[in-house]
Amino acid sequence: MTPGNVPRVRILVAVKHVPDIQSERSLGPDGRMVRDGGDGTLNELDENAVEAALTLVEEAEDGEVVVLTVGPDDAVDAVRRGLQMGADEAVHVVDDAIAGSDAVSTARVLAAAVRRLSEQQPVDLVLTGMAALDGLTSLVPTVLADLLELPALTLATEVMVDETAGTVTVRRELDHAVELLRAPLPAVVSVTDSANEPRYPGFKGIMAARKKAVTTWTLADLGIEPDQVGAAGARTAVVAAAERPAREDRVLVTDGGDAGVRLAAYLVENKLV
Amino acid sequence: MTSPVLVLLDHAADGALRPSAAELVTLARPLAGDGGVLGAWVGDGPGPDALAVLAAHGVAAVHVVRPDADPALSAVTAEAVTAVLAATGAGLVLIPSTFEGKEVAAHLAASTGAGVVTDADGVQLEDGVPVASKTVLAGTWTTRCSVVGAPAVVTVKANAVPAEPVAAPREPVVVEHELTVSPAARRVELVERTERAPSDRPDLSGAQVVVVGGRGTEGDFGPIEELADLLGAAVGATRVATDEGWIAKEAQIGQTGVTVTPRLYIGAGVSGAVHHRGGMQAAGTIVAVNSDPDAPIFEIADFGVVGDLFTVLPQATAELRRLLG
Repeated sequence: MTPGNVPRVRILVAVKHVPDIQSERSLGPDGRMVRDGGDGTLNELDENAVEAALTLVEEAEDGEVVVLTVGPDDAVDAVRRGLQMGADEAVHVVDDAIAGSDAVSTARVLAAAVRRLSEQQPVDLVLTGMAALDGLTSLVPTVLADLLELPALTLATEVMVDETAGTVTVRRELDHAVELLRAPLPAVVSVTDSANEPRYPGFKGIMAARKKAVTTWTLADLGIEPDQVGAAGARTAVVAAAERPAREDRVLVTDGGDAGVRLAAYLVENKLV
Repeated sequence: MTSPVLVLLDHAADGALRPSAAELVTLARPLAGDGGVLGAWVGDGPGPDALAVLAAHGVAAVHVVRPDADPALSAVTAEAVTAVLAATGAGLVLIPSTFEGKEVAAHLAASTGAGVVTDADGVQLEDGVPVASKTVLAGTWTTRCSVVGAPAVVTVKANAVPAEPVAAPREPVVVEHELTVSPAARRVELVERTERAPSDRPDLSGAQVVVVGGRGTEGDFGPIEELADLLGAAVGATRVATDEGWIAKEAQIGQTGVTVTPRLYIGAGVSGAVHHRGGMQAAGTIVAVNSDPDAPIFEIADFGVVGDLFTVLPQATAELRRLLG
């Protein structure tokens, strides 16, 4: 440890509690995600962010990982999973007024929590997953960085921190190009699911997590007015939501030797080719 | 909406217009009020080929913004779009729903107070308010979202609307802007950017027909590629296939890879895991060939074949070659 017991690297990981994608997911009459189905879990893509944070701290041989989430009571399960994976501390921002927040409002609450944590001790990196598997907008990492006036390095498949230079460099693979981006620390970095293979919490990790603290904050603790978040603060509103009807007239054949010919005929008859 | 609609014109580094531009301009036309459809072009200006496409699709004016920083950085492009918004008073911005496009939208949300809907497949005006439609939850639900914030920013998926030329094309006015980007947009440094060599096959995200291989190919994409080339289709893959290194990572279709909305999707040896379905379930017609009758892809396939892809696909390819002459 460096003097004053200040950890050398301090990484925050913003995570989200989402309905399990393997469960029957649905939207309510208000167009909001139904979140009380009991099938909630840590967003799979955030496990990559937790893993990246743990690896960076292990490489630095000294540091601290704090997992942070915004969401209803159940959302604490997401940060607990982070603790089981090996994070040191957890923060859960919970407040009834937050329900119905859009990506920008969510980023606003996260930004306030990150600022508060930075006041306690300087933060080097804020890591996130590439998107949350419920809304899949992938807007939050960039909006969060902008609100914090920090650089946004998104969709990293590799994260390289140079402590001496005080920079972070990421590699990212886009549809048409591969890029290397660099920025001074602190920075916000989102990682993709190709960045690493998240560890599975073992028995020891699960037991150790029981002794770790989860700090709970409300909007008032963060100095956020309720009308800045939730449906009141949202700039988009779902006006209609409907389950898509099942496809009709579906055909299933078992190959008896001529399925390729039948497939070709289907494509031609339906003018698909 | 009485104000013009602005379309962010996506183009390659060499100035070649991407297919999204004509699609988004087509989508914008019925939404635009006075001033019509405007294009925002960030970087060295469009060449004659690109201008001809924009004229054919009814763009009234192209605003060319030359920033003094690399437009490959999304924060730089966002400031360029903001400059055009200020100059034109456009109330709605349409952006292609690529990873880069969604980042530009996110910067606009933070800097201008814009309301953002991502991955839309349509936009309409209701009482003058833009309402965007999209599919969510791995293609199982549809929603319509009104954009309350101003400006309204909607990122639009490839193939959401077919590009349609206008009856009476007119050469667009070209308006030049020089832009000094803020220190904030210079926080990130682009150390290196390597554009991928263009493929002979169509771009996966915008392709009309996609042929996809999964675990069942066991690494042999031969039958997939042969069928794709006959149909002029793009080749895609599942996460397993790209993780195994059977095909390049950019071919991965799924909720964390490329989202495709082709007219025709043909999956061979693809089980249809929810991750993959999230990237293809909105396809027009879904065809699946898999040896496992319990593969989940058969739950959403319009035409399913339980069989060996190594016999079914070549037979289908040969028959199609005969039928299509």
